[in-house]
Amino acid sequence: MLVSLKNAGIFRSKKWLVRGVSMTVEAGEIVTLIGPNGSGKSTTAKLALGVLSADEGHANRKDGLCVSYVPQKVQLSPHLPLSVTRFLRLTFRPDRKAINLALKATGTDHLADEQMASLSGGEFQRVLLARAILSSPELLVLDEPVQGVDFNGELELYKLIEDIRNQLNCGILLISHDLHVVMSTTDRVICLNGHVCCSGTPATVVSSNEFKSLFGHRASSGLAIYEHRHDHKHHLDGSVVGDGTNANNTHTPSKSEVVSKNARTPISSGPINHKAIIHSKVNSDV
Amino acid sequence: MFDDFFTRAVIGGIGVAVIAGPLGCFIIWRKMAYFGDTLSHSALLGVALGLILELNITLAVFIVSSVVALLLVLLQRRANLSSDALLGLLAHSALAIGLVVLAFMTWVRVDLMGFLFGDILSISTFDVALIWGGGLFVLTVLAKIWHPLFAATVSYELATAEGIKSDRINVIFMILMAAVIAMSLKIVGVLLITALLIIPAASARTFAKSPEHMATIAIVIGSAAVCFGLIGSLEFDTPAGPSIVVAALLCFVLSLFRTLNPFRTK
Repeated sequence: MLVSLKNAGIFRSKKWLVRGVSMTVEAGEIVTLIGPNGSGKSTTAKLALGVLSADEGHANRKDGLCVSYVPQKVQLSPHLPLSVTRFLRLTFRPDRKAINLALKATGTDHLADEQMASLSGGEFQRVLLARAILSSPELLVLDEPVQGVDFNGELELYKLIEDIRNQLNCGILLISHDLHVVMSTTDRVICLNGHVCCSGTPATVVSSNEFKSLFGHRASSGLAIYEHRHDHKHHLDGSVVGDGTNANNTHTPSKSEVVSKNARTPISSGPINHKAIIHSKVNSDV
Repeated sequence: MFDDFFTRAVIGGIGVAVIAGPLGCFIIWRKMAYFGDTLSHSALLGVALGLILELNITLAVFIVSSVVALLLVLLQRRANLSSDALLGLLAHSALAIGLVVLAFMTWVRVDLMGFLFGDILSISTFDVALIWGGGLFVLTVLAKIWHPLFAATVSYELATAEGIKSDRINVIFMILMAAVIAMSLKIVGVLLITALLIIPAASARTFAKSPEHMATIAIVIGSAAVCFGLIGSLEFDTPAGPSIVVAALLCFVLSLFRTLNPFRTK
């Protein structure tokens, strides 16, 4: 176990941003957080990192865990003279060779001497990722690492993230909006909406009702194989319609387990090829 | 050629410029100019406290500014008020309270103008020693925390996540700022301290290629501003503190030409 959250919650300005979140990230595993805007994905990541301390429950990290973080937003003052190479040395002292390798891997070797302020959004993200992989971390937390990156670059970077996992056997906590890509590279998906809506393998989550009610049938139909009836809807604040309670309540875990069991039953004959699911979606888009 | 008081003023002024340069850079990078304003305005309270308790003024200002800095950090963490509104409110309230408290102390004759705009020409050898001794200490601490402080400046979250004790580093930085304010009080006064911190750093920006480079250039520009300001104040019989700030401003304006120069290659 690299990091684990037990029933963790963050309370800010009179409401719970997230509550009752339990999850773990193991070495060599990619765990993805998905969920609508404001569903507490970044907050959960910060809980896991220890940037925020839990107001309820616990967050535990392995002793001496080496972490790298790509935050959702890094706002640099325009008055800050900071070259890409200097930025890569921010919290860690890599040698020239390691820097060149990381820049090459993220396709930014031509930017080494540029100023951070002059980079485009996509280039900036690539440099953030280059910095994160430099220290050969045990845990890599990526908060929307490919925002603003062009389409081809996006696929490349996700491939890179997977390669990093395979090479370093590090745990990766990923926050992403690219449902299709997520489903192909992830070991486990956690669907958040102020609480853990559902979690499990991509196939289980995609076919769960919680996923459909959050992302709609369109998202799931391209990915999911099985149809299920709706058992609840969400208000905008993430609470369950007709539940009479607010977003701060978690689902009973048994509910999502039931769903995942239901979802699994028909495929007991063999494992699902996630890539095939993705490709069918991509092809149908093209 | 130079009178003794003038030499002391130059040496003391350069001492302040040397510490104000690097700290000013961090203030700019962290967008804390208003924070610096609040701290320096609260220095007047420190002056009043020093007079009441018959403490060394610099020491009293340092203590009060440190306390105000720590309170501000706590307030910003808790309050819902946006931080620029909070700082704007506190900056001028602190100044007003300082003025009112000083006015109540009818038994001491206070050179209010000296505290508001500085009185560099009257600094003693002890003041100069205090500036250089304290300055050396501030620079040593700053050098020790430079890398973590810089990382936390670029991104608090990133630095904290990757094992830097950002909160502790930030508090140390605040206390260094309070120290610099206490030392600059005699030179430019509470109203102009922020200018001495920020203008040299802002002028250094166009020439700088790295953070360390920018801090060094800020020291040079600050020192030049002190010299030119003092010479100008002798020449034209103008108040010394404001003259130094005007000289710094001229440096800033000159630095702008570098950005505008169409023949510049890079």
